[in-house]
Amino acid sequence: MSLQLAPVVPMATLIDASWLDYLLVAIYFAFVLGIGVMARRSVSDSIDFFLSGRSLPAWVTGLAFISANLGAVEIMGMSANGAEFGIPTVHYFWVGAVPAMLFLGVVMMPFYYGSKVRSVPEFMFRRFGTGAHLVNAISFAVAQLLIAGVNLALLAGIVHALLGWPIWIALVVAGAVVLSYITLGGLSAAIYNEVLQFFIIIASLLPLTLIGLHRVGGWDGLNDKITAAADGAPAEAAVAPAAQQLESWPGQALSGFDSPYLSVIGIVFGLGFVLSFGYWTTNFVEVQRAMASNSMSAARRTPIIGSFPKMFIPFIVIVPGMVSAVLVQEMIDLKNGGSPAGGASGDGVTYNDALLLLMRDVLPNGLLGLAIAGLLAAFMAGMAANISAFNTVFSYDLWQRYIRKDHADDYYLRIGRIATVAATFIAIFTARIALGYDNVMDYLQTLFGFFNAPLFATFILGMFWKRMTPTAGWVGLVFGTLSAVAVDRLAAAGVIDLPGQGAAFVAASTAFVVDIVLSVLVSLVTRPKPVSELKGLVYSETPREDLVDPDEAANPWYQRTIPLAAVALAMVIVLNAAF
Amino acid sequence: MSHDTPASGGTSSTGGTGSHQAGAFDIRNIIGALLGLYGVILTLAGLLGEHEPAKTGGVNANLWTGLGLLVVAAAFLLWARLRPIIVPEDVDPPDDDPTRPAPKRTRPPAT
Repeated sequence: MSLQLAPVVPMATLIDASWLDYLLVAIYFAFVLGIGVMARRSVSDSIDFFLSGRSLPAWVTGLAFISANLGAVEIMGMSANGAEFGIPTVHYFWVGAVPAMLFLGVVMMPFYYGSKVRSVPEFMFRRFGTGAHLVNAISFAVAQLLIAGVNLALLAGIVHALLGWPIWIALVVAGAVVLSYITLGGLSAAIYNEVLQFFIIIASLLPLTLIGLHRVGGWDGLNDKITAAADGAPAEAAVAPAAQQLESWPGQALSGFDSPYLSVIGIVFGLGFVLSFGYWTTNFVEVQRAMASNSMSAARRTPIIGSFPKMFIPFIVIVPGMVSAVLVQEMIDLKNGGSPAGGASGDGVTYNDALLLLMRDVLPNGLLGLAIAGLLAAFMAGMAANISAFNTVFSYDLWQRYIRKDHADDYYLRIGRIATVAATFIAIFTARIALGYDNVMDYLQTLFGFFNAPLFATFILGMFWKRMTPTAGWVGLVFGTLSAVAVDRLAAAGVIDLPGQGAAFVAASTAFVVDIVLSVLVSLVTRPKPVSELKGLVYSETPREDLVDPDEAANPWYQRTIPLAAVALAMVIVLNAAF
Repeated sequence: MSHDTPASGGTSSTGGTGSHQAGAFDIRNIIGALLGLYGVILTLAGLLGEHEPAKTGGVNANLWTGLGLLVVAAAFLLWARLRPIIVPEDVDPPDDDPTRPAPKRTRPPAT
């Protein structure tokens, strides 16, 4: 055991919870485990277990789609950004998420759902054959284990801050709870819990936002206080001017560019295209949610329905962060360049503590318990999503295809359960890696650059260019990932000098470009798959009627893909103009 | 929602060959139950517990959140009651897939 066992001593907690708060948290966990037990009764075969029998309505999978992403990074990271930079943080939602989600629903989902694949690596197998499949399945499985570790580390950090439990106990307990509900019920239970978590998170963050705004005198009061704070801040604190904190564009504070033009270009192409499309369109953790829906139409609407709550989540994560920065004494000190003691980590307050400190200052006991339940729920959602995606890819794409073929369905179901247990156990150790990073967000962005950027490049090229060959498929993936790792190592060695997430962004862009260039070059000198095998996989070879749901035209407009996507797009444009 | 069917006057789940309602397993009932339970507890805490106006700026936050949760919970329970999900008795078994090595379906789907 490489776990360092911290001494079990009572510690001062960041937040004082009463019996009432514990009761609300306990009720939540009783529900979570109860769903697992109930789901188990209806699990019949492995398809049910992994994809819930493709039986869920679109609003359920749509909320699960968002909830799978509404994890630790979203809530803690974005409220921290809100405290530090203010309104420009909305770009992570309105530029960095919604357009890619609409693209996924309108353009890419028909290929995923229509080809009946059970995972993204399996789509690679159909399109490119064994090489690309093996590379993708292994890199995906590794990425999920590392990211599950990040979620587990954050979860344990919050438990530690709220309840004062030592980190290692918090890690093991959190892992055990996530494990029990996935193994009890499979993806059905995970999806049901995600929908439940969504409502608990809203129910706790909405009152927090409203009370916070009430305390600072409403929206106008918040603007006045931020303006006063920015004007009064000492120069060495390098606080962004109030105008930049209160307007989303051009967002120099967020992008780090001095020029407003470069800043807009950086946000639109960097965040909005490579990183965001790469993340949302190839991330099986999310895509798997859509594949559990009950029709092609529902699958396409899943990310589109999800984009509506996604648009408004910034108001309940970024605004509390902004309020916290002008209301909570520690945050005011921090933003003025001080280094107040305390915080969830115990080594001083950081912007990551913005939300927790606001909860401490404005929520009465009772609501506080609801908020704690909501945060725990969000972090568990993230980890459970990683684990169940790992589970599917490991048992179908690796074990079944390369290790033990032709066994009965029961056998793979059992392998899936063993993989879940093993993955949770491994995540406790990868969490230790994540805990070693000062800023978990940097680590996560780096991982996305390694795994998602090259995958997106290969995907998009393979989907729209029938000439792309199987060899090009795996060569592009391997060298795309390697080039991202190389850029990361050069940055770590100081050869490339870029602040925080700048290096991760350059690594992702490099991976994308290297992947495209190599794939094109290799395709020109190797033999493509026969066109007859590309039906349903390549845009030009797929009959248009295969890409739409024949029953959809009879539905009212709000149950059709394209009108719904158009409404979402219009709304997000209005939001961009308004803020 | 393609599962939605007109309210069927609450036909029960024991009708031999036909179909049955999802009942407690309907996620809308689960959401309604959890939010309702939280609503009751927070409303009681707001009425009976100690009010902490210094934190909230004078608003009885527990009470208002509790009432809000009760309304949302009632809406979900009503939705599930009015438009129950009907689970068919026979679900189409997924096809065997010739392009993948396994699984061969060696047993009938459990009922």
